[in-house]
Amino acid sequence: MRPRLASWTLNGLLLAGSAVALFPLAWMLSVSFMHPGDTGSLPPPLLPADATLANYRTLFLRVGIGGYLANSLAVSTAITVLSLAFNLMAGYAFAKLRFRGRTAVFRALIGGLVIPAQVAMLPLFLLLKYLGLVNSYAGVVLPALASVFGIFLVRQYARGIPRELLEAARMDGAGEVRIFVQIVLPLLRPIVVTLAIITFLTAWNDFMWPLIVLTGQDHYTLPIGLASLAREHARDTELMMAGAVVTVLPVLALFLALQRYYLQGLLLGSMKR
Amino acid sequence: MKRGARPALRQAQRAVLRALAVFCVAGALLTGCHEETGGRQTLTFWTFGREGEAMQALLAPFEQAHPGIQVRVQQLPLSAAHQKLLTAYAGGSMPDLMQLGNTWLPEMVALDAVEPLDARVAHSTVIQPADYFDSIWATNRIDGRLYGVPWYVDTRLLFYRVDLLRQAGFDHPPRTWAEWRQMLAALSDPAEHRYGILLPTNEYEQLMSLALEQPDPLLRDGNRYGNFESAGFKRALSFYVDTFRLHQAPAISNVVAGNPWEEFGRGVYAFYFSGPWNIGEFRSRLPASAQSTWDTAPLPGPDGPGTGAAGGASLVIFRGSSHKEAAWALIQYLSEPAVQRRFYELVGDMPPRRSAWAGGALSRDPKAQAFRVQLEHVKPTPPVPEWERIANEMQLAAARVIAGELSVDQACAALDQRVDAILEKRRWVLDHRKEGR
Amino acid sequence: MNRQRVAWLFLTPALIVLGVFFLLPVLGALALSFTDYDLYALADPHNVRFVGLHNYWALLHRPVFWAALGHTAYFVAVGVPLSMVVSLGAALLLNSPLAKARAFFRTALFAPVVTTVVAVAIVWRYLFNTKYGLVNALLEWLGLHPVDWLGDPHWAMPTIILFAVWKNFGYNMIIFMAGLQAIPAELYEAARMDGATPWRQLRHITLPLLQPTLLMVAILTVSGYFQLFAEPYVITEGGPLQSTVSVLYLMYDEGFTWWNLGSASAVAFVLFIVMFAVTALMLRLSRRSLREGELA
Repeated sequence: MRPRLASWTLNGLLLAGSAVALFPLAWMLSVSFMHPGDTGSLPPPLLPADATLANYRTLFLRVGIGGYLANSLAVSTAITVLSLAFNLMAGYAFAKLRFRGRTAVFRALIGGLVIPAQVAMLPLFLLLKYLGLVNSYAGVVLPALASVFGIFLVRQYARGIPRELLEAARMDGAGEVRIFVQIVLPLLRPIVVTLAIITFLTAWNDFMWPLIVLTGQDHYTLPIGLASLAREHARDTELMMAGAVVTVLPVLALFLALQRYYLQGLLLGSMKR
Repeated sequence: MKRGARPALRQAQRAVLRALAVFCVAGALLTGCHEETGGRQTLTFWTFGREGEAMQALLAPFEQAHPGIQVRVQQLPLSAAHQKLLTAYAGGSMPDLMQLGNTWLPEMVALDAVEPLDARVAHSTVIQPADYFDSIWATNRIDGRLYGVPWYVDTRLLFYRVDLLRQAGFDHPPRTWAEWRQMLAALSDPAEHRYGILLPTNEYEQLMSLALEQPDPLLRDGNRYGNFESAGFKRALSFYVDTFRLHQAPAISNVVAGNPWEEFGRGVYAFYFSGPWNIGEFRSRLPASAQSTWDTAPLPGPDGPGTGAAGGASLVIFRGSSHKEAAWALIQYLSEPAVQRRFYELVGDMPPRRSAWAGGALSRDPKAQAFRVQLEHVKPTPPVPEWERIANEMQLAAARVIAGELSVDQACAALDQRVDAILEKRRWVLDHRKEGR
Repeated sequence: MNRQRVAWLFLTPALIVLGVFFLLPVLGALALSFTDYDLYALADPHNVRFVGLHNYWALLHRPVFWAALGHTAYFVAVGVPLSMVVSLGAALLLNSPLAKARAFFRTALFAPVVTTVVAVAIVWRYLFNTKYGLVNALLEWLGLHPVDWLGDPHWAMPTIILFAVWKNFGYNMIIFMAGLQAIPAELYEAARMDGATPWRQLRHITLPLLQPTLLMVAILTVSGYFQLFAEPYVITEGGPLQSTVSVLYLMYDEGFTWWNLGSASAVAFVLFIVMFAVTALMLRLSRRSLREGELA
């Protein structure tokens, strides 16, 4: 009897917790299908009385959220692909290549982690101004092309590659580039997937820097477009919920599809030293 | 096996290089944004908020008349507009022309970002300065030069519920502050969630309007120091704060306020202190049966009819533009009285020209008449680049008093101190410039 | 020799990016914080003045700076322990052998982590609306007084803390789960043989063995929470009465709304120093307690 009660309580708590975690998302979805003004009644309705796509129509046809969606996709993809290449190369070098200053440089990078990224933002803006890159996709993409976290993650994983394998290839006369492409990259595949998802999600959800560097709506990513809409259309609850759905759905779907890799990366990244 | 791998590798390398090249080209394309299409000039025109939404309809005849010009309209969100504008300036990504709130004009002039228009106006057959409301026109002159052409006007005044006032025994809107206070008292019942007026605590326009009604200027000594300890400002602040203390307005910000139009319609508020675009909002958001229950009235003053704030937006051309002639053509087109009337019909923005008010829907609209009256009695805000920031500080100080953190006197003293600090650089630049000459 | 060059070749792209877009700007920020670079300087570089430590000095005399620091400290001091307790609780529940449908629960509890802050912050803003929000409707249904969540300066920050806990607890939950799984099951079995209650097991086995994980999670969460920005930007716009203005919000406002890049850089550096001091202190304290634990 006792264990049964314990099991009920425990699973009840988990169920309640999950309900709290999911409710705001479910409500967002539900309201996005309501008619404009429906949430203004008391008591607030939970489900649309008669579902409509009007909000989505407004978003895509009048507000132009499709453009933000495309920008978000383009920027996040570019950051993911390029930063993956840079971080993989650097992480592998730190893990498996011997060179003078390796420890010092790596320590310096890790030490840089204590500096919050925002410290760099003000001069970074001025720098991009002189490069003529303010209000361009490049302004968002360039600073995100390498991350200490990504390098660290790859290094952790790549250290597990047996040295004999690399030495054997070198004996066969393979060049370092070829070893990297043909031997190392296939071995790193799990961490590549992991890092790709994490980078993509981070880029997609990023807010402060794009808010600063993107000045025209032509280049807005979804979070920036949404935040600006929220200030303009604060009173249009239903429309804003539809916008939130459009913003959240792609990353949520990506996570659900590949969550195994994502969670694994999260653990690897948190294992210090 | 190894032999087979080599070409495969080269292929892969080549593919990577090609992909990189594509990215670089794409990047280059994405960063440069203007491209001329077949000899046509593309004018980039920035607007704020709802004005942009009506532009397509308004611009079609212009583009037909000027086949060489194509207008690209971009909308900036109003609430983040100031920040976006400065970022765009700092980033060197300004448009050819834009709609600029006239309180922001001094900032752009200080940055040397906008083109003086005196010569163009002097030669224009369309734009006649005498036809414009004097105070509105004056806000576009800084240090004796003209930098903008008024596009529409905006002054805050009273929207009120005729029926509620009548029920409370008032047959006309307030003319003095004393009368106004009396009405607010009669119409408020906080226990029933009914208030005389909605004054969002994070909007400075209402307090600023009250402050401009005073004889004392807001800044002193050539706009080098704050003048918020003047008797006039203290009177305005006290009146504003009392409205909250007497529970005649709820102390809420517009982040929290629900749908103000609907609540005004339901009688939660009897007065609403706002600008002309709300004529359209009330018409579209309230049912037809409710349309006779509300009206507009000029601002009551401390002791008689009041002065409003000379708000609104002007059209300006940026110095960096390479299409100044085309931009000027567009400004002239948008300044034609007939186009201004059409603009009013589309978005409800009121024209700055008296002749545009003389015909069409506007002259027949009873709810617009209060604005027409008020516009002859408006005052500009101090023409300093720091004004937007000072106005924000002013509102913060007021919010502190409402919350009971400071007294009126303390708030005014603290405000002057803060404003003097904000203006320090301006004083230095002014002195420095003098020495330089 | 050749190997050396290859290694540097592999490193170069990442190092260039980090050097040009991070290291250089950080040094630039330090330099900028000693000037009064502002709107006038943007118009004409002759208008920049070297002001020494004046920006820092002036900052110390502005009530809003102390307020922002206080709000951020409040957010960290309440938000971090609360998130960690919720994360640990969820991890313990999920890790129990009694838990059913574990994969589903894990995904559900983790889902808020991957969502976009801006989007769900907007959802939060409507849920906690004083008049039309569901949270107050629920309170009323339970017979409780509705709360002016976002309009009352005393409640706005707690509302943002609730949001942050909801949004972030899943992340640490996963890390704690891994930490829990690393604790040998025999220890619990032995304890049960000795008749230890679950509470005593938690206190004497789980928490001590989890301590390194707890410390790491605490430090990471503290640095994350110090960087509060998007939540107040979207949910409250810093209000009411500036009660949710965080240090970063102040930096953004100072820098990108009013273009006082000099004093904004000073704000950024103060934040950096505070974060550094706090995390260093945490490390030191925990080391001492570890050592004492070993001695005992």
